[in-house]
Amino acid sequence: MGRSYPRIVGANREPSWIFFEALLPLLGIAAYVFVYQAFGSRAIDAIMTSTASAPWGICGDHACLNAAEQAAERARALANTNALIASVVLGGTMVAFWLNVLWSMASQLYWEKEIGNLQLYMMAPMNRMALLGGMAVGGMVMTSMRAVSTLVAGILVFGVIFQVVDPLMLLAVFFTALIALYGLGMMFASLYLLWGREAWNLSALMEEPIFFSSGFYFPVGGLFRVPGWGPIIAIIGSFVPATFGLDALRQLTLSSTAFGGQLWIFDVKTELYILVFMAVLFLILARYSLRYLETLAKREGKLTSRHQ
Amino acid sequence: MNTFWRTFKVAAWLGWEMDSNWTEPWLFMVYSVVKPVAGAFILVLMYTVFAFIGNRQDPAAFSYMYVGNSFFIFVGSVLFGTFQVIQSDREWYQTIRYVYISPISYYVYIVGRAVSKVGVAAFAVAITLVFGIAFLGIQVHLTLEAIPLFVASMLLGLAVLLAIGICLGGISFLTAKHTHGLAEGIPGLFYVFCGVLFPLSILPSWGQAIGQAIPLTYWFDITRRLLAPTLGVDTTLAGYSDVTIMVLLVVSSVGFFGLSLLIFKTGEYFARKAGKIDMTTSY
Repeated sequence: MGRSYPRIVGANREPSWIFFEALLPLLGIAAYVFVYQAFGSRAIDAIMTSTASAPWGICGDHACLNAAEQAAERARALANTNALIASVVLGGTMVAFWLNVLWSMASQLYWEKEIGNLQLYMMAPMNRMALLGGMAVGGMVMTSMRAVSTLVAGILVFGVIFQVVDPLMLLAVFFTALIALYGLGMMFASLYLLWGREAWNLSALMEEPIFFSSGFYFPVGGLFRVPGWGPIIAIIGSFVPATFGLDALRQLTLSSTAFGGQLWIFDVKTELYILVFMAVLFLILARYSLRYLETLAKREGKLTSRHQ
Repeated sequence: MNTFWRTFKVAAWLGWEMDSNWTEPWLFMVYSVVKPVAGAFILVLMYTVFAFIGNRQDPAAFSYMYVGNSFFIFVGSVLFGTFQVIQSDREWYQTIRYVYISPISYYVYIVGRAVSKVGVAAFAVAITLVFGIAFLGIQVHLTLEAIPLFVASMLLGLAVLLAIGICLGGISFLTAKHTHGLAEGIPGLFYVFCGVLFPLSILPSWGQAIGQAIPLTYWFDITRRLLAPTLGVDTTLAGYSDVTIMVLLVVSSVGFFGLSLLIFKTGEYFARKAGKIDMTTSY
């Protein structure tokens, strides 16, 4: 409670964060939405443009045979574009939580060390896991603002259509994914007790490469369609809970038949079981690594060394 | 002038050391390349997925997007490299008061600190482009005659970016620790409105108007015209000749330089007046 408090109440004493941290970053997500709209628009132009060799336009890699095929192809292109834009919007909500895990969870202890608070934490008679838990809860509440803004913008501004058939399963997947993500963040946090600026740079390095390998802006099954390196990257990315979380959320909100059902990793139930396993595993690992690395940091005299 | 040059030189050296001395040089090289290349690969996969489910290839749109995104690395790095100086010195290292009271131009100091980021970004842009040409079939045809214009447009584009970064730095004198929001949000603004990944025609008319008012839109357009003249994607800026765009960039550079001085000095004045110049906002 004590550590959640400054996250929720303290931040609201500086309301400018809503603009800088919640609204401004929506622009980056909008760019990816427009990329799919641009692709979709060019595809529909190709379908609807009549030429001498293709009087009913181009359907995929061949000329449409008749008006009916042309209309069906157009409808398919529109549905695919909507599903891809919805994938970006869902990815955008998860980006908010991932960035919060990286910068306000994992690297928080490093930040506390830099500004001289860490020794006070260490002296206080409290459980370290409770401290990290408090940070996680406060972070989730704060980040929800950005996540909700992204969803609302997706629905109202970009006209994304979600079809939620099983809301309970959706909530179960979402919250399990969050617990697993923040568990991973708690595990990383312990590393930051020991490291200096390399930890900050590690967090920076876990932005775009993770957005890519976990499929934040495209269905991660797309990686399995790239021969050679694609599946390897997807498997590495699967160690981040957001990968399975997003895949399951997309199936639950776009229907498992979206994209012809060809771009999902597993079915939703299997992905939920994996997420539960990850949540438990990361929380246990966080507890042990925190204890071990705190001792190591004390032994090496790095617990309070600033600006290393 | 001698003081400016000395400040610039020392600040550039300091910026480079701060950016790179946390690890071995080879690891720093890898780190500097992995982030932007992964960013480019997000777009590669977006295209791959679209092409796969639609059974439709569109290499021109892909090249358009890839080249634009490669040069966008400059935007993120230069802007972040500039406006984060104040916040990192103020909130992280808490050295701003010592640097600020030293007999130097703080404006020149910030520009100097950003220079190392420009160098690293140039390296990342080159690697991304070479990778795209070698392995992804990106259509790039830079002719020898186009090189002087390309170099001039690059210098002008970077000057505009530095000036915009200083404007943001001036604002960040007065704001709390919002480095990440700014780092994501401001480049996001240019990502959406400057025709980086898609032609302006995709945007609604008010979005196109915003895009056409931002000089970086023209910088991306001329860069793409010189590097990939055969793409055949309608950018909606075909009515502007190369010379017109260069003139626009010169005027924008001068205009943004003046604006950056104004915003920087105003932010500095109000920060001093409100006692915020060395504040820490550790939430």
